Amino acid sequence: MGLFILRRLSVMIFTALCLTFIVFFLTNLDANLEKLAKTQGNMRMSDAEVTSWLDKNGYSQPTALKYGQWLGVFPGWTRTVENEVTGRCISGPVSPEDAAMAPTFCGIIQGDWGYSTVFRDEVSTIVGKRLSLTGRLMFWVLVLMVPSALLIGVLAGMREGTLTDRSLSTVSILTTATPEYVSGVIFIAIFTSSAVGLKWFKGTATSAMDNPTFENFFLPVLTIALYGMGYIARMTRASMTEVMTAQYIRTARLKGVSFYNIVVKHALRNALIAPFTVIMLQFPWLLNGVVIVETLFNYKGFGWVLVQAAGNNDIELLLAVSVVSVVVVLLTQLISDIGYVYLNPRIRIS
Amino acid sequence: MDPLSTVEIIIRILAQLSPVWISLIFLYALSIAFKRRLGLYGKLFDSPIGMIGFALVMFWVFAGIFGAMDMIVTHDELSQVSGMKNKIPGTPLRSPEEGEYQWYLLGGDNLARDVFSRLIKGAWEVIKIAPMAAVFAFMVGITLGLPAGYYGGKLDTFLSFLANLILAFPVILLFYLLVTPEIVKSGVPNYMAMVLFVFPIIFLAVLLNSRFHTRPSLRTPLLIGVLGLAIWLYLQLVSNGGYLIRTADYSIYGLPRVLDFFDIDPGLLVVFVSVVFVNSPTVFRIVRGLTMDIKTRDYVAAAQTRGEGPWYIMLWEILPNARGPLIVDFCLRIGYTTILLGTLGFFGLGLAPESPDWGSTINDGRKLLSIYLHPALPPALALLSLVLGLNLLADGLREESLKD
Repeated sequence: MGLFILRRLSVMIFTALCLTFIVFFLTNLDANLEKLAKTQGNMRMSDAEVTSWLDKNGYSQPTALKYGQWLGVFPGWTRTVENEVTGRCISGPVSPEDAAMAPTFCGIIQGDWGYSTVFRDEVSTIVGKRLSLTGRLMFWVLVLMVPSALLIGVLAGMREGTLTDRSLSTVSILTTATPEYVSGVIFIAIFTSSAVGLKWFKGTATSAMDNPTFENFFLPVLTIALYGMGYIARMTRASMTEVMTAQYIRTARLKGVSFYNIVVKHALRNALIAPFTVIMLQFPWLLNGVVIVETLFNYKGFGWVLVQAAGNNDIELLLAVSVVSVVVVLLTQLISDIGYVYLNPRIRIS
Repeated sequence: MDPLSTVEIIIRILAQLSPVWISLIFLYALSIAFKRRLGLYGKLFDSPIGMIGFALVMFWVFAGIFGAMDMIVTHDELSQVSGMKNKIPGTPLRSPEEGEYQWYLLGGDNLARDVFSRLIKGAWEVIKIAPMAAVFAFMVGITLGLPAGYYGGKLDTFLSFLANLILAFPVILLFYLLVTPEIVKSGVPNYMAMVLFVFPIIFLAVLLNSRFHTRPSLRTPLLIGVLGLAIWLYLQLVSNGGYLIRTADYSIYGLPRVLDFFDIDPGLLVVFVSVVFVNSPTVFRIVRGLTMDIKTRDYVAAAQTRGEGPWYIMLWEILPNARGPLIVDFCLRIGYTTILLGTLGFFGLGLAPESPDWGSTINDGRKLLSIYLHPALPPALALLSLVLGLNLLADGLREESLKD
């Protein structure tokens, strides 16, 4: 088991390295750097000015070298102009004496995530603050989504082919067919607009960042939860119907165990193995939902930062965002694998 | 001219859609009459869920096709009519010209364009991209998934690693990185198109060669003909205005303009390429799993004993027997592609800003959602019904294919 986790972790780190390099490469293409220079300097820069701006800020080095500096395995660049030193690890132009004091390496290995050019702040503070906001959203999404999905799945799967099964299955197909931007728009139209007049909830979740209430926070949570819910419910249903036809359930039935006890005591434990994996693998999808919903409801969390960083080619922020999301995806994959082995004793890792 | 009442609006929309109804009735009458002779497609008409799903899908397919032929739409989807800004459904035009349709059936949007016409034109945007993107994703996934599952070993490890790499990317981040004007300018999508569009050619070549290589007199002319056509189409696809790649710094010459009959708009190409790119790893994983399962069957062992080549076994023994799950997944994948296209439109990526596709229309309409519902709701419901139709269709197909 230990070896298995170790192997998975090394693959994970390698994957994360590859992915961040792809992001690094794409954000460091000439056209993107030119856009960055123009948004940071001014829009009417000439080509020569763009080149000198990029030169001055260390962007004109080879991509592999820059990537190494970002990682912290190569020394950060420095540049001396008229006795004033600027560099990756130095804030602002300083004298050569001060520059000598600064660390040589400053990448993510040293814990330096860099500086966001859009928000003009340390990347680590931005990401930390926004992640906590999104964490709250995700927490409530899971609280709403997982129990209701499992309930729908178990109810539909315990008696296959009945009216309950058919109607619940239709509901779960309907929710998987409704992406967040559709359900969100429909919810906003029905529950918040003055045209319909219900006005039960608020159409934006901006105020929920400081003070989440049921009124301003329920709709975004529901919107994200709904799309994932149908899929988990269908998987639960499939595994439940399979378990309900198993031999040991028939034995229990013939013994005269009540239907309630069959479902709760005998079937449920086995039926919930498959959905566990599915729930874990839903995290990457939830991440997409978060980006859409945070844009739709104007909730300034992690997804919103992703949109801002990508829209403005904020390289270091974007890299941090992708590192976080890739780690989330890979960790959930790892947990789902380990959990599957733990829950299902028939599987052994050789 | 008075505004239309709700009932009148519904009647007029139904009348406007009459070509769609006629085609649907025709299709259903024919299919049900001959359903015993139509294989799996015919069996679909035994399952009510499958029939409902198929009807929803075909409704939008016909609406899109007829809409593209300017049959259903009442107004031009881009023209703005003065005085129609944000007007509610059924509002008459202020001063209609001779022969012009006199109402905005579903009202006007915030730029005074007809919501109904944009809705129908938006269907065409989906119909023209989503199925093709799914086909390409399947070609890539099958061409790589079959050998990965069949041979296993290092090849499998490598390809699976690549697939997991792409799958570990959040889709939206990938779209934000790939579908920007700057990336289009740098030529990255063209390179990706050149690589991804090669797979159908490889697939065709291996498919035909493995079947007919014992009969060279048939194989050689067949391969030359089919591959010649495929490569010509491929070159037409990837080359634009006589260049394969044209950036500020350098350019690579492609097919001469004389032989190039259609050009793909770079914005559309990048959307298409990224959607294929995102979808193919999932297809790869499905095909790989199916192959690993099927290769242990007796008929594969029989073919191996007969001395058939590995590609013959993969393409003519394993693939046909994996078709059931693949057809089902194909329907789901078109639905997922539709959702992805909507996502792209929703974030304003790739497609032209005034494009009538549903995602962009929802995005435009959502800003005024608290006052005006009519610009955003129709495309949202349209997308919902199309994807729902595809999911129901997949469900019906799954049910029917499990019966035999």
